[in-house]
Amino acid sequence: MVFDDRSPIYRQIAERIENEVLSGALAGDEQVMSTNKYAAFHRINPATVNKAFQQLVDDGILYKRRGIGMFVSPKARETLRARRRKTFFADVVEPMVARAKAIGIELPELVARINELGEE
Amino acid sequence: MTDIEVTNLGKRFGATEALRDVSFSLSGNKICGLLGRNGAGKTTLLSILAGYKRPSTGAVLIDGEPVFEHAAGMARTCLVRGAGDATVPTRSVRDVIDLAGRLRAGWDDEYAGELLESFEVPRDKKVKALSQGKRSALGITIGLASRAPVTIFDESYLGLDAPSRYTFYDALLADVLAHPRTVIISTHLIEEVATLFEDVLILDDGRLLLHEDADTLREAGAAVSGDAELVDSFTPGLRVLGEKTLGRAKSATVYGPLDDERRARARAAGLDLDPIALQDLFVHLTSGGSR
Repeated sequence: MVFDDRSPIYRQIAERIENEVLSGALAGDEQVMSTNKYAAFHRINPATVNKAFQQLVDDGILYKRRGIGMFVSPKARETLRARRRKTFFADVVEPMVARAKAIGIELPELVARINELGEE
Repeated sequence: MTDIEVTNLGKRFGATEALRDVSFSLSGNKICGLLGRNGAGKTTLLSILAGYKRPSTGAVLIDGEPVFEHAAGMARTCLVRGAGDATVPTRSVRDVIDLAGRLRAGWDDEYAGELLESFEVPRDKKVKALSQGKRSALGITIGLASRAPVTIFDESYLGLDAPSRYTFYDALLADVLAHPRTVIISTHLIEEVATLFEDVLILDDGRLLLHEDADTLREAGAAVSGDAELVDSFTPGLRVLGEKTLGRAKSATVYGPLDDERRARARAAGLDLDPIALQDLFVHLTSGGSR
C-alpha cells in the first residue's frame, strides 16, 4: 500500500502531488488525474481525494477548468519551493546540527563538509 | 441522498444488553467503517438498521421512515452478512440471483453477471455446495448489484482470498463512484480497507465509542515517548490510552487533538511524537474490556 494509515490520507495525497510538482514530474499547465480515477487507482475514498485536491486548489498549486479537469498552476513549483524553503531550516538543518552536536561533530567540520558538497 | 438517523438505540436479548443507547446519524452517501471487537454488537446494530430485528428501545429512521415491519424503509437497505448466509442454501446460485433481482428495485442483472464471473462463482451450483469464499462472493455480488441506497456488508470478506478481497474493494469503489450511496462495512481487517472509509464508527461492549471522520481519527492519536518524567509532565490534559515503561524510558499512547503549541512543547522537551495507525488506535480504544 502506497498510503499509510498513520497520518491523514488527504495530506499524504497532497504531499505526493506537491513532490511530483517539485521534481518536475508534473509540469505547469499539465492536467492531473481526475479525483475519481485517482480514488480508484489508489483504492482511496473519493471524498478523501476530493479534500486533498481542494486543498491544493486553495493553496494555488492546482486550478480547475470547468468541465475539463484540474491542472497544475504555472507558478505551482515556485510557490512550493518558497514554502519548503521556509521550513527547511527547522525541518532539516536544526535537527542535523542537534544530531551532530550529540555525537561530537564540531560545527566547523560540518560546515566544511557542506562547502565540499556545494562545490561538487 | 439517504439519511440514516439512529436515536438511543438499545437491544436486549434476555439478560444480555447487546446495544445500549446508540445514537448517530449518517448522510451524504458515505462509505462508513463499523469497527468493534467480537461481541461488541456490530451484527445486532446492522440487523436492526436493515429491519431484520426490532429494537428494544430507541429508533432507526431511514429518510424519516422506520425500518422494522415497514416495507418502504426495508427496501432501501440491503444487508449482506458473513458468507452470504441470508441466501437460500438449497437453491442454485442462478435462482438466488433471480430472486434478489425480483426483490430489488435498483437491481442491475448485467452487473451481477459480471461480478459472478470476476469472482468465478458457478451459477449452476447450489449455494450450500459453494466454498465459504464463493458464498461470500455471492453475497458481495448481491450487495453491489442491488444498488440499494443503504448497502451493508457485515464481514463479507469471510473465506475470501486476498486477490478476491481486492477485487471486492475495487468493485465497491468503482460502483459507488458510478452509483453514489451509503455503504456500511463491518470488518476486522482494518488495515486493508481503512483507506476506503470516510467515516468510522466504533462499537465497544454495546456502546458507541465514537463516530468520527477517518482522517480526523488518524490525526488524533499519537505515541509520546522519551524520559518517563518528561512524558508524565506532557500528558496531563490528554486522554492516555495506554502506557509502556522500560527503565527510565516511557511511551504513552494519547488520544486528542495535538495543536501546534503542544507539538512545539514536545519538541522543545526532546520528546518524540509519532503517529499511530488507525488499527493500533482501535486496539487501544477497545482493549479495556475483559473479553
